[in-house]
Order: sequence, then C-alpha cells, then structure tokens
Amino acid sequence: MNTIVTLDGVTKRYGKLTALENATLTLGAGEAVALVGHNGAGKTTLMKLVLGLIRPNGGTVRVLEKDPAGRKGAQLRRRLGFLPESVAFHSAMTGEELLGFYARLKRAPHSANKALLHQVGLAEATHRRVGTYSKGMRQRLALAQALIGTPDILLLDEPTSGLDPASRAQVYATIDRLRASGATILVSTHALAEIEPHVDRAILLHQGRIIAAGDLASLRKNARLPTRIRLKVAPCSTEKILTSLHSDISLLHRSADRLDLAVAQTHKLDLLLELAALRDMIEDLHVEEPGLEALYHHLMSEVPA
Amino acid sequence: MTPLLTITGWELRIGLRNRWVVATTLVLAALALSLVLLGSAPTGTVGASPITVVVVSLASLTIFLVPLIALLLSFDAIVGEAERGTLLLLLAYPVARWQVVLGKFLGHVLMLALATALGYGAAAAVLYVGEGADAGAWPAFALLIGTSVLLGAVFVALGSLVSIIVRERATAAGVAVALWLVLVLLYDAALLGLLVADQGQTISAGSLDLLLLMNPADIYRLINLTAHEATAVASAMSAPIEAGLPLWSLYAALIMWILLPLGAAVALFKRRQA
Repeated sequence: MNTIVTLDGVTKRYGKLTALENATLTLGAGEAVALVGHNGAGKTTLMKLVLGLIRPNGGTVRVLEKDPAGRKGAQLRRRLGFLPESVAFHSAMTGEELLGFYARLKRAPHSANKALLHQVGLAEATHRRVGTYSKGMRQRLALAQALIGTPDILLLDEPTSGLDPASRAQVYATIDRLRASGATILVSTHALAEIEPHVDRAILLHQGRIIAAGDLASLRKNARLPTRIRLKVAPCSTEKILTSLHSDISLLHRSADRLDLAVAQTHKLDLLLELAALRDMIEDLHVEEPGLEALYHHLMSEVPA
Repeated sequence: MTPLLTITGWELRIGLRNRWVVATTLVLAALALSLVLLGSAPTGTVGASPITVVVVSLASLTIFLVPLIALLLSFDAIVGEAERGTLLLLLAYPVARWQVVLGKFLGHVLMLALATALGYGAAAAVLYVGEGADAGAWPAFALLIGTSVLLGAVFVALGSLVSIIVRERATAAGVAVALWLVLVLLYDAALLGLLVADQGQTISAGSLDLLLLMNPADIYRLINLTAHEATAVASAMSAPIEAGLPLWSLYAALIMWILLPLGAAVALFKRRQA
C-alpha cells in the first residue's frame, strides 16, 4: 500500500500549550481513518499540519512525499479537500457563486459544480444566498467544496456536527462512495458509534498524544472489553437461568423478564453454548460487541489525567 | 485565471453585491457635484476658472474622505475573514499567502477606483456641460482622479497591514481610525505648530520637505495643488515645489507608501500560523 501521509515524531506547540506531542502515523492510499478525541485533543492541529497551514516544532510531516508547509505546499493543496470544523461563507453570495470561486482557486472545471450541489442535496438552493441557508445546508455546501476537483486526500473535521439524522446519513454515504473510489480519508468526529462502519482504522488522541491506533478489531482485542449479551427471557425464569450458567459473567442489569450480561471475549462462545442449552426459557438474544465509543471511554479511563 | 486575480475578482464581486461600490460612488458623486453646483461663487476676480476651483476644493476634501473609505474597506481584509471563519478554508486552497494579500488589495483598490472615477467623473461631466472645455484645467481633473486612487491605494495598503497585525476586528477598526486621525488631521496640525514654534530657526526647507514626504496625505496635496500652474495659482501652494521637490520624487514617495506597508503585510502574513 502506498503511503500518502506520514507524520514522524511531530510536535506542535502554541506558546506553552502543547497541541500535539510526538505524533507518528501514516495514512495509506485509499484508507479511511477516524480521528477520535475530546475537544482540544489535537485533531484540528493534526489536520492543519497535513494541510501545511502550520509548521511543526519538531518532527516531519510529509504529504505525497512533499512538505505541505514548504514551497510546493500550494501545489500540493490542489490534491487535498478540506472541510473545516466551523465553516463560514460570505453570506451575500449564492451557493453556486461560492462553489465557482473555490473551483477557480483549484482550477477545477466548473461543469462539475452542479453535480456536486446536487450530490449534497442543494440543487434547489443553488441560486439562493448562503445567508438564507440553514446550518445543515451550509455544512453540506462545505462538504461540496471539499469534493471539488475529486481530491486524493480528504480531511473532514467534524463533518456531521450540527446535522440532522438524514443529513448525517448523506455525509456517511458520501464518505463510503469516496472510499470506494480510492480516496484517502481522515475524518475527525465525536460521533464514534456512527463513524465505525465507515472507517478502516481509528486513531485516538488525548491531550495531544496518540493513545491508541489500529483497526477496530485489534483495538477491541487489546482493550479486552467484554461483550454484552442482552436476553429476553420467559417471566420469572431469570433466577433459574443465572444459577445454571457456569461461565465467568457479570450481571449488568436484571428485571422480571430481562437479563444483561457481560462476558470476556475469550468466554463468549462458552456462554453462548450454555445459553443455547437453556433455549426453552430464552425468548430472544442480542449480542453487542463493544463499539468505538466503549473503546474510547475505556482507553480514556486508562490514561492518567 | 491565477489565484491572485480570482481573489481580486471575488472581492470586487462582494463589493458590488453588498453595495459598497454603489454607496461609495454616491458619496463621492454627491460631494463633487455639490462643489460643482454650489461652489462656483468664490471664483470672483482671482482669475481661476471654475474647473480649477472645483479641482482644488475637491482635492482638499478627498484628503479626508478617500483615506477613510480606503481604511473602511481594508481594515478587516484578513482579520475579518479570520473572525468570520472563512480564512482557514481559503488558506487550505492552493493559494500562496502573498496572493491572498495582494488579491484583496487589488480588489479593494479597484472598488475605490471605480467609485472615484464614476463619482468625480459625474461632476466632470456636469462641469463640461456647464462650462465647456478649458484646456488647462482638464488634465488637472484627470490628475485629481488618478492621484486620489493612488492615495486610496496607500490607505488600502495600510489597512491591509493593520488587518494582519491585529488579532481582533474591533481592534483593527480602532487602529484604522487612529491611523486616519494621525495622518490626515493631527500630522499637519503638529507640523504647523512645530513650524510656528521654531520660527524658521532650525528646520530647514530640506527637512520640511522630508517631513512632508513622511505623510501620504501631504504628498497628495503637494501633487494636486502644485502640479499645474492653474491650480498652483488658485491654492498658493507652489512653495515646496520651488524649494526643490521634483514631481517625480512626490510620485516615488507615494508609491513607496503603497509598497512598504504591502510588503510588510505579505511578510507578516507569510510567517503567521493559521
């Protein structure tokens, strides 16, 4: 796999504040990676470094084997698409005019703008001033501008913040489509559970440091987070079920006809076999693997404050 | 189209859309027309043509108005975009920092040039209809428009510099107003006070010339009130020219007043972390 973005021991300070410390990571061609962390964890700083808008105090940043903050930076940015976290546009201009302006800056053909506006669901609002747009519409316009000129690398900073569920789904669909077309995507987000199916890997940032990175399966395995099993059982049978289970489980919740159990990954199958033997009493069974969200909270709790 | 011209065009488009250009044109036209229509009384027997009188009075008013308009246009060029949140996205595009600064500068100067040419041009047209052609005075009118744009460019450059140095839009507005007060009003008053107090003892004609070149508004005044014989007579301002400031040095000084702040603005913006 070709390496598209490399950060090697990168540190970025603003005065006394260390926004990013000794960060090392690579993004391969066609990879979709989630950048996860609290506000102020260093997500935006990392994106600005990749864009060449700021220079690191230590370490090196390489994008397509070039220094993005160097002389060739502007040239490099033609191949990048960026969606900033809090996006704003000149409110007196129309959506079409704005996309036209940004397309000219990127020297991309204008003919694609209409399709882009259509793609993000703004076909009807093309000739309206951006000042009349809702927050969600502005966010979608921001997504459209990030897609101008079909960039090789997309940096999406909180692309779904402030969007309604339908618009969020649209953003994820767009990410999936770009992913399928071979673009490299770095997406920062708080909506961990939502982003999970749309990325290959996750990088967890905490106070400027990368505390975990990897594909979700291995992150999960390393964290040894338990699987949660939800049972709907026949009335008044909870006690009977619990006493007949021998696996090492912990009881999370119990009511007249419901049981929530947590079991270590290694004992998951044993427990399921035991439960299968009790199928007369079990009406329904639901297995919940720990998501990115649970993983995130677990890892955060392990970091010394 | 290069990114520079794209940004220039964009600024111009925004200026037309939010009616900046229209408003400025109307203000300048109203000013010039009122001078043309109401100000023909003081010609008397001095021997100056009405056109000359209009040029001289218009030049005096331009010194106050055009720098103010230029600063209003440019003081938030960068800091305003940063505060609105549009700057980060612009810089993430394939544009160099100098292209952003120069592109905006050119856009603002073009807006000002358009407003000045149309506003003062309207007055010239009215004068032409009323007075007919006065061969000596029309070049002075053309010079007035040209140098007014140059003066405007000086203050657009200064405003651009302010908008890069300062971190908040409100501060930039304050600094711009202070700049206007000092260069347009206080400098001359202080200079006059200095000359009166000095009684011609230590300040030579040469150092006075230098002091005048230190202020773009004074340079503009010198060019317009002395460049043509007709206007020089009407304004009695020929002394500094006779004292040895060639016209080219005035233009050179005015252009330096554009290039230096602009150069500083580009250098500072390049170093800045977005």
